[in-house]
Amino acid sequence: MTLTRVLTSKWTKVAVFAIGLLPLASLGWKELHGELTANPIEFITHATGDWTIRFLIITLAITPLRKITRVPQFIRFRRMLGLFAFFYACLHFTTYIGLDKFFNLSEIWKDVQKRRFITVGFAAFVLMIPLALTSTAGAIRRLGGKRWQALHRLVYVSAVLGVIHYYWLVKSDVRKPLQYAWMVGLLLLFRLGAWIIGRGKSSGSTSNSSTALPVTAESG
Amino acid sequence: MLTRKAPELTYSDVTPKDVYLNRRKFLMGIAGAAVTGAAVIAYKKFARAVSLPAGPNTLASKLTGVIQGPYSTDEKPNTLNDVTHYNNFYEFGTGKEDPAQNAQKFVTSPWAVSVEGEVSKPRKFSMAEIMKLAPLEQRIYRHRCVEAWSIVVPWIGFPLSVLINLVQPTSRAKYVAFESYYDVRQMPLGPDAGISLPYAEGLRLDEAMNPLALLTVGMYDQTLANQDGAPVRIVVPWKYGFKSAKSLVKIKVVDSQPATTWNEANAQEYGFYSNVNPNVDHPRWSQATERRLGEFRKRSTLMFNGYGDQVASLYNGMDLKKYY
Repeated sequence: MTLTRVLTSKWTKVAVFAIGLLPLASLGWKELHGELTANPIEFITHATGDWTIRFLIITLAITPLRKITRVPQFIRFRRMLGLFAFFYACLHFTTYIGLDKFFNLSEIWKDVQKRRFITVGFAAFVLMIPLALTSTAGAIRRLGGKRWQALHRLVYVSAVLGVIHYYWLVKSDVRKPLQYAWMVGLLLLFRLGAWIIGRGKSSGSTSNSSTALPVTAESG
Repeated sequence: MLTRKAPELTYSDVTPKDVYLNRRKFLMGIAGAAVTGAAVIAYKKFARAVSLPAGPNTLASKLTGVIQGPYSTDEKPNTLNDVTHYNNFYEFGTGKEDPAQNAQKFVTSPWAVSVEGEVSKPRKFSMAEIMKLAPLEQRIYRHRCVEAWSIVVPWIGFPLSVLINLVQPTSRAKYVAFESYYDVRQMPLGPDAGISLPYAEGLRLDEAMNPLALLTVGMYDQTLANQDGAPVRIVVPWKYGFKSAKSLVKIKVVDSQPATTWNEANAQEYGFYSNVNPNVDHPRWSQATERRLGEFRKRSTLMFNGYGDQVASLYNGMDLKKYY
């Protein structure tokens, strides 16, 4: 099947990788052309934050996409996309601590404790660290698939906290954070649905496997 | 039903070995990209020329006969381009660059400002009349946004007190309410702003009469750019920027504290007074420092935005933590 061939081609991975770098490239381009507005640091902070949430959403969309289309090869991109979410989260966090706070650790710690939007944003970021660290095949092997998977469900928490972080940050126009909230909500609902259906299946309540819904008990 | 358990499927099952071995390259690519990005930013920081010519500002026209007014700072003004392309004017969109884009066709002529309320001589002033009420002065003011960025702007106008004196406030006059123009046909993004419009602001009468409070008709030798509140606005430099209402259509002298837009939207975050105060944080961010547009490091925010000599006495005996 052509789709499968495209998805398993190593060039597709290269292409996805290149696409993942485009937001960063765009920032570099805009910086060189003086298009980062009069407040470049704020612009960079917002852009990298936006792309963190977007990559989290794209990553969370892989499993539903794979199940709905029944094309398992989509999973080849999940790790890379998740790492891109982490990458942009790192840039976002670095911009904040470096360019916004100038590495003033006591200021940063005060912020984290005092300002709830920073508290949840910080938590979302911290929760992504173990996921990035255990993103290797070796880590999956060492942890064992089940435990690895349980750990990586933390990404749900990160995504939810990320959206709350954004929602609490804006002054009055909440349309964009609400759009993200919808997307994350739908993607999590899909998993809930899959889990409920899967549970029903595994308790032996159904027998009709030929018309199986495009979901499985597997989560991810 | 296929109920495959994920643990049986590891990456090595679906990923050819040569591809996942490429992860090292991937990570190095990311590191390289980060370094490049940082280098680009650092390069620009040092190479930062005052960028870009001023954007098209065809509607603004040159103001002549402007005299130098008092209270100007000797700090370096921001570029016209920065001031006109990074600001808030929620009627034209909530992004910082939206007003520049969406206010271009804003029709500001003919224009009149109704001055009414607790006054003996209520009156409507046409724009032409306003321009002739007093000599136009240039005042270079610091402007501190509640969002912790700041600019320095050479405004052109005259003291608001000139206008208020003309209509003769009565003895019941205690506050002044300002109302901005709002027409959804001209401002289609207004309903999405998340704040109630028309935009309403207010000052205590003695604040409005303070010589710093400027009825503003121009900036940088020109009439006001549409996105900066054309054709007439107030500038109250010791308060956060949102207190300086734009595109005024009504100034009403009243006997009690008027409702104001941001205060109604979120009273905990935006007080009626909203004096620039480094010691009272916005609930979500510190107000102790600010980023002057065009500067890399943040600078300390000054009490009353540095205008304490002129305005501190207005607040004698007031708890500014309570009346933030």
